[in-house]
Amino acid sequence: MNPAFSVIFLTTLIGVGQGLFVAMVTGQSISALGFLPEQSNQYYVFGSIVVIGFLIAGLVASFFHLGHPERAWRAAAMWRTSWLSREVIVLPLLMGAVFVYGLINYSEWNLSELGITNGFKGDLALIVGIAGVVITFALFICTGMIYACIKFLQEWSHPLTVINFTLFGLCSGFLLATLIAQYRAPDFVSLFGGCSLVFLLLVLITRLWSLYRNSKIRHKSTLQSAIGIRHNKIQQKSQGFMGGSVNTRDFFHHVGPIFFKSIKWIFLLLVFPVAMALLISGMMQQSVVLLAIAFGLQYVGLLAERWFFFAQANHPQNLYYQTIS
Amino acid sequence: MDMKPSKKQLALVIDLNVCVGCHACVTSCKEWNTSGISGYMSDDNPYGEDPTGNFFNRVQTFEVGEYPNTETVHFPKSCLHCEEPPCVPVCPTGASYKREEDGIVLVDYDKCIGCRYCSWACPYGAREIDEHQKVMKKCTLCVDRIYDEELPKEERKPACVMACPTNARLFGDVHDPDSNVSVAIREEGGYALMPEWNTKPANHYLPRRRTQRSINDDELVRADNPLNKEIEVSKPNFDEPSLDDSTSW
Repeated sequence: MNPAFSVIFLTTLIGVGQGLFVAMVTGQSISALGFLPEQSNQYYVFGSIVVIGFLIAGLVASFFHLGHPERAWRAAAMWRTSWLSREVIVLPLLMGAVFVYGLINYSEWNLSELGITNGFKGDLALIVGIAGVVITFALFICTGMIYACIKFLQEWSHPLTVINFTLFGLCSGFLLATLIAQYRAPDFVSLFGGCSLVFLLLVLITRLWSLYRNSKIRHKSTLQSAIGIRHNKIQQKSQGFMGGSVNTRDFFHHVGPIFFKSIKWIFLLLVFPVAMALLISGMMQQSVVLLAIAFGLQYVGLLAERWFFFAQANHPQNLYYQTIS
Repeated sequence: MDMKPSKKQLALVIDLNVCVGCHACVTSCKEWNTSGISGYMSDDNPYGEDPTGNFFNRVQTFEVGEYPNTETVHFPKSCLHCEEPPCVPVCPTGASYKREEDGIVLVDYDKCIGCRYCSWACPYGAREIDEHQKVMKKCTLCVDRIYDEELPKEERKPACVMACPTNARLFGDVHDPDSNVSVAIREEGGYALMPEWNTKPANHYLPRRRTQRSINDDELVRADNPLNKEIEVSKPNFDEPSLDDSTSW
């Protein structure tokens, strides 16, 4: 496929936002249980604002993909059949949940105002937060399934697509959470940094697995099945037109093999060893700068990863467009 | 999305045995649809350096075999109006739909948001986004022609079918077992493209068929002639006078 930058930014930006939100709620839950010191409400409000910022940035990026963004509201209609439609519903739902979560933290509302008393600080925020985490995972599934549900894009059509989208989002979100914690809530640094490292190692395994799987794929569609002629030697002599068309532009990445492979190595380096080294040294030196560089370089690596994810998918329609004339 | 077999399913059957690759179906399709309900169909730089544009139908050419045993196959390709269209359920707005009454897969241009997801979800590459109107476009089976009662009955067919000089394109209801298309599919070995994805294309293709007879030598020369009836009659040499030299007609 020809990678669309709008979709690359959409999937990576909301991934960061989703991961950061999971991190905030995780931190607040653990401190409510008493395992870590309590943080100020402003910290959670600040985190919620950053999460909403990333989600909105992703949404804005997605609008550049649409021919008619003014009709985007219609995309909520077909949730029964379309994963894209489900994503369109779940993303604003998550934004709403994060907003409410931030608002409750800002207003310091508790269940005690409803007459329910318990030992947990911020219990109402936690309830909304945990509901938001459920929505977050629903959004990861929707985003991944948009790609994984297309059977004949065999590189995508596998549960690993959803798993990788989820783990990349969690890993980058927890890395950003580490950075924010270093700045606003140092008690959480080792929790978030440790989680980010765990997700990093998990996604290293699953992404290498999917790269291995993609390198071994035998495509079910062939020129023989595409035109229905059983002969081992078939050559296209003409695709029917000399100029370009959507078919020749949208479904192939149009870069050379060296550039294509180099993107793979760039993302494998930036997302994994570079970010890991910077994260660990940033945590050890308690350096906001190092953590910021770690997040920035990993995000660049994630952009490369998503580009490669799209470019590697082989669309069977390309079988019909092998020779201009 | 199970379709009951009794429902009507309009489709094309394309006979690869007689298609000569003249592109008349391509140009007539473009002409009809650019001025019809699907219009316009974009053309950018048609005579310039990097021309591009929308087509609902293309004729491609393939060479099968190795020289000298090759065959040239001209292969017209348009939307196959699948009975299980993978492009329809993925559409987030419902702009892409399959008509209940005749099985034609269409796009509602007023609902389409131009997200291209349906074109990714079509294994045949039958959908093309219009870069100017920013909506997805595709073959409509000339839905604005085939039901037009202003037209004479024999012209209520898709423009490509009307234009084909060799009758390589048949049009009809593939769910009606007695229709011309069903008979052709059944009796001439009609097949579907990329059956591996279970899209159940309504359009079918008829394969190339050999039309030569196999003749043995003993069918050309009479091997046995028991009554000696069919002996060679002696002919005059070229320098001897013939009948023409001795008679005037």
